[in-house]
Order: sequence, then structure tokens, then C-alpha cells
Amino acid sequence: MIIIDCPYCGPRDHAEFTYVGDAARTRPAEDASQATWFDYVYLRDNPRGPHLEYWQHSSGCRAMVKVLRDTSSHRVLACGLPADQLEAEQLEAGHLEAGQ
Amino acid sequence: MSEYSVLRLIANTITGHANWRRAWRDPEPRKSYDVIIVGGGGHGLATAFYLAKNHRVGSIAVLEKGWLGGGNTGRNTTIVRSNYMLEGHAHFYEKSLQLWEQLSRELNYNVMFSQRGVLNLGHSDAQMDGFARRGNSMRLNGIDAELLDRDQVRRRIPYLDFSDSARFPIYGGILQPRGGTARHDAVAWGLARGADRLGVDIIQNCEVTGFKTQGNQITAIETTRGEIGCGKVGFAVAGNTTQLTSKLGLKMPIESHVLQAFVTEPVKPLIDSVVTFGASHFYISQSDKGGLVLGGDLDFYNSYAQRGNMPTIEHVMAAGQAMIPGLSRMRILRHWGGVMDMSMDGSPIIGTSPIDNLYLNCGWCYGGFKATPGSGWVFAHTIANGEPHPINAKLTLDRFERGKLIDEGGKGPFPGHH
Ligand SMILES: Cc1cc2nc3c(=O)[nH]c(=O)nc-3n(C[C@H](O)[C@H](O)[C@H](O)COP(=O)(O)OP(=O)(O)OC[C@H]3O[C@@H](n4cnc5c(N)ncnc54)[C@H](O)[C@@H]3O)c2cc1C
Ligand SMILES: [Zn+2]
Repeated sequence: MIIIDCPYCGPRDHAEFTYVGDAARTRPAEDASQATWFDYVYLRDNPRGPHLEYWQHSSGCRAMVKVLRDTSSHRVLACGLPADQLEAEQLEAGHLEAGQ
Repeated sequence: MSEYSVLRLIANTITGHANWRRAWRDPEPRKSYDVIIVGGGGHGLATAFYLAKNHRVGSIAVLEKGWLGGGNTGRNTTIVRSNYMLEGHAHFYEKSLQLWEQLSRELNYNVMFSQRGVLNLGHSDAQMDGFARRGNSMRLNGIDAELLDRDQVRRRIPYLDFSDSARFPIYGGILQPRGGTARHDAVAWGLARGADRLGVDIIQNCEVTGFKTQGNQITAIETTRGEIGCGKVGFAVAGNTTQLTSKLGLKMPIESHVLQAFVTEPVKPLIDSVVTFGASHFYISQSDKGGLVLGGDLDFYNSYAQRGNMPTIEHVMAAGQAMIPGLSRMRILRHWGGVMDMSMDGSPIIGTSPIDNLYLNCGWCYGGFKATPGSGWVFAHTIANGEPHPINAKLTLDRFERGKLIDEGGKGPFPGHH
């Protein structure tokens, strides 16, 4: 079972959440090039290891939760609000190696 | 290496089965090959087999990081069918089914392909209309399909939930009589033996870790068993595709997800076809050993872990009981997971790549086992000729960029609808 620490509700079973996916992507400007939009819509880094992702607490408070999770073990490394810089914080705390 | 036959079986039985020879060689990697296929699952092995059989491309090797068929080929629920509707899919999957029909003979190896029929249940008028449309499209393409009403389904499978209290009443179904199952390991082993007999080097415990490139070409492949020079390169590594393409700076329209499957304790013959539930994602068949083989949805989060989690298990079991109430007292013997290469439109990618001598075979999602011989056949053609065969010409990587998605699920032009 994956336990996600919702910033509002505390640690909850992942069955309460809806997976939204890759949180490392940034929505381009409306007038960005076709290639930029294509990249945003269809392409993924799909890393094996730490993956920044959104889970919506759809059966709870409905907040979007940002999660850093290892895709090779399902271990949750950090949870926070969408604006939180989870990777930077983890790097600082020494839980992640640069380049991961 | 000799042909398998009844006479050989008798001769070996008399000598206590002590004289069987190994089914394929275990060669050391050579300095270089004209064609290198990465991935020793069904697709990589089928590609090597048809390359050696149908084309003249020189020396061929298959590099596998673990053991043959240890990936999704050895983890899937073995459903084989060609009940596809769209251009770009229909002829490809039908070609594959036709190759299945002759595969055991072609390989001199019993892959235990059993055409027991694949039945999809419908639970509403709308779903039955959708089935009629699918069935008609299939028949126009020369693919077998039969629309069954509720009574016809009931005569075939009386123990489905036909009660008045069924949460999802059964309206009917669509049957592909030529669909069925095959024995997954035998497919890998038979193709390996077939390829080896045609001179292909199958190299196991050989993980590809990097590439040497020059201009827009791969010149050599770095592996855990040393560097190997290459002419053309084909990837058939399923859920690990982006692990390799990222080393070449290629970003792909693919996410890796975990899909689980289950087998129950063995019981007497109960289910004599493949049946899928139309109200939720659930499907079931029975293996020759008697175990009920069942599965359902993805876990729905990115994963390379080859194992899943409890909520999906609970969901699959609940769906199974809604469809066949009598399953409630069956015990699950084993469950496992595989890493699926989920493409953004739910359809595979078989074709050329932005790198001159690299060819891609990936994006198989839930359903690449059925495609094994067809995938190998067209991928071999694509590699040998440097361009796709007409039946895989629509399954290109650049279709996403061109807006030519193949949306068999009928879910519209959205990514990530897997
Ligand atoms: C639970 C489950 C149920 C399924 N049910 C069905 C079904 O009923 N019907 C159906 O049609 N399909 C089904 N599928 C899908 C099907 O199994 C796959 O699409 C198909 O087997 C893929 O074959 P493949 O040869 O491409 O991949 P694989 O068999 O996964 O082979 C890829 C190989 O590449 C190797 N590899 C990876 N990285 C490297 C590297 N760096 N170097 C060297 N080798 C590498 C792996 O070890 C692996 O052996 C199911 C899948 C799962 C997981
Ligand atoms: Zn919450």
C-alpha cells in the first residue's frame, strides 16, 4: 500500500486518491510553438527512480497533492502542496543525489 | 539440432529422457552483428526469427538482460484475439492471428495455441450497439465475429450472473471464435529455438547499458558482457523502452505502469473460453492445469516495480464475483505484476526512429502477447527494408505529432487514456 501524506488530511491510503501523473511538466503559453505543445501533451521522462507526480485526494479533501515517489520501489520520498519544491528540499536534506 | 517428433519422444522415453539436447545454444557475444535486437521477450525473439527466416540481413543477435521470457511474455494472461476495428490495427492483428494458427508447425514446437473463443459481455443497449458496429467492421475486414444475445450467452456460460439482482445485467456479447490462449513460456522457448536453428545468437544475462554514437547512428552497444558493434538496432524491451531511449536523448510518448494478474488453485474444467466483463475491467480463462487465470485494470501509477498493490486486487476480485458469483470461494494461488509500456493513444509503435539505424517496437499496453508473431513479422520487415510494411505503416512514432492517433478505445484525442 502506498501512504500519501495529504497536507490537509494527514497520511492516507492511496486508494483515496486519483493519480494525475507527471508533475514535472509545465503548461506552455497559449501561443507557444506546436513542438512545445506536443512535448507537453504527449512526451514523458518516465524515470525509473524518483518521480514527481500529482495525486488528487478525490475521496478526501479533493486537494492536489504533489508527491515525490520512487517508481522502482513505490516508496514515497516526500509529499506537499503543488507549489512546494519537493526535489530541492530532498536534495538539501541529502535524501536524493543530484541528477536523480 | 533435431526435429521434435513422436518418434523422438518414444526414443527418448526408452533412454530415460537422458539424451535430449539443449534447445538453443548459449554463445559468447561476437565483436559485432549486422542486426542487434535488444530484449529477449516474445517480440524480440519473433523479430529475430522472422529476420533470419524471411530476410537476408547477415548476422543477428538478441540481447536479453535476464532470462528469455522473464518480462511481460512470461507474466501475461495469454489472451490472443484480433477483434480490432480501426484501420492500422485490424489487418495487423489479423495477420498476427493467422501466424498464430500456423506457429506450432512453423516452429516445430507446441505453443499450445488453443482457439477456444474470446467472448466480451455487453451490459447495456449502447454497449450492444457498439459491439454490432465492431463486429460489422471486423467482418468487412474478413475477421470472424458473432453477436450473441442474452440467451445465446446463457447457453454457453450458464454460471454467469443471470439473476434479477445482477448489478450489471447481461444483454449479450460479441464472440471471436478464432481467439483463444497460448502457452506463454512455450512461445518464448519455441521462438528462441527456431531463431537459434536459423543461426541467431541468443545472448542472455546481457544488459544493454549504453550506446556509442557517431552522427545520427548507433555504432556500438555497451552491455554487461562488453561492447558489441552493430549495423542496425531494434528495441523490443516493453516497459523498459524509455530506459534505453533516454540514453539516446529521445523522449517518448510512453509511461511505464504496473499490470497485475492472478491464478487460482486448480479446479476441474469450468471455463472453456476466454470471457471478459463489459461493466468493469475483468477477464478470465482456465489454464490446462486447471487454474483460473484472471486480471483487470492497471494499478494506474507509474511503476517499474513488477508488483502491484491491494486496492487493485480487491477491485479485480469484486469484478470477478459480480460476473461469476460462484468464484467467491476460490482461493488465489499466486499473483504478480509486469511493467507495461503504455503509449499515449493505447496503440503500439512499430517503425523507424529519429536515429538512422534504430528501429522501435514498443507501446504494447495491455495487449502485446497476441501480437507476438505479427509484431516480429512486421518489425523484421521494417528493419530489413528500412521502412514499415503496409500493415504497420500507421503505427509510427510520429503519429502523435501529426495528430494521427489510433484511438481504438474510442475515447477521443486525449493522451494518457490508458
Ligand atoms: C499481467 C499482464 C497480463 C497481460 N495479459 C495479456 C493478454 O492477455 N494478452 C495480450 O495480448 N497481452 C497481454 N499482456 C501484454 C503482453 O504481455 C506484452 O505486451 C508482451 O508480452 C510484450 O512482449 P515483449 O517481448 O515486447 O516484452 P517482454 O516480454 O517484457 O520482453 C522485453 C525483454 O526486454 C528485456 N530488457 C529490458 N531492458 C533491457 C536491457 N537494457 N538490455 C537487455 N534486455 C532488456 C527484458 O528483460 C525482457 O525480457 C499482459 C501483460 C501483463 C504484465
Ligand atoms: Zn486531503
